Amino acid sequence: MADMRTPLNKVRGLGSAREGADHFWRQRLTALANIPLTLFLVFTVIMLAGKDHATVTAYLGSSLVAIALLALVLSAMVHMRLGMQTVIEDYIHSEGLKVVCLILNTFFVILVGLSCVYAIVKLSLGA
Amino acid sequence: MAQAGPQADRPLSPHLQIYKPMLTTIMSILHRLTGMALYAGSLLVAWWLLAAASGPQYYNFVSGLADTIFGRIVLFAYTWALIHHMLGGIRHFIWDTGSGFELPTVELMARATIIGSLGLTALIWAVALTMTGGL
Repeated sequence: MADMRTPLNKVRGLGSAREGADHFWRQRLTALANIPLTLFLVFTVIMLAGKDHATVTAYLGSSLVAIALLALVLSAMVHMRLGMQTVIEDYIHSEGLKVVCLILNTFFVILVGLSCVYAIVKLSLGA
Repeated sequence: MAQAGPQADRPLSPHLQIYKPMLTTIMSILHRLTGMALYAGSLLVAWWLLAAASGPQYYNFVSGLADTIFGRIVLFAYTWALIHHMLGGIRHFIWDTGSGFELPTVELMARATIIGSLGLTALIWAVALTMTGGL
């Protein structure tokens, strides 16, 4: 397509993309939440390393632990998706492949996130 | 659209391979690499939780895998990636306030991040190994 117009000229008058600082803000918000939540996960893994299955399930399924883990999953998945989105947009320049990767990125975090949620809920209800 | 019009064959600005690697460059790349590693590593957390939810037999199998030399190397690297990315994130929070952009400060924070991430990872593993009764 032989279009001599500049990119700026093409978007002028179309209004804002309605996203503004949303990506930045959500990225920082989840980063902040991830700090205590991942430290809690590290602590939990150390606590449970080498313990038998009954002890592990009883601990992971207890209310406060399960809620903290669910919060971590939510925050981490949003953070991961935003981060990988930036990587894809930075390095993949072919429009079609980029869109495919962005879709797969979303599918990946939803799949991993829901798997974790399923396991945590199952443990809480007495697996 | 990206290749349209007069912009198609313009020369590109110099990129990574032109410049001498610097500490700040390496830290920037490491932050992105650890982030991508943690993205993949989330599969291990999901695997562990699903294993716990699926019963003692499968949990013992997964737990046994984590206890091998290979499993421990992966978990050690995972711990470092997590701590390094976290400290890098805290560095970004400092920059978000608009401070810490002076070059000596940037260099100092870069050094603190790498030393801190290695030190904290070693500390976490020392605590873990002590609590679980050694290697």
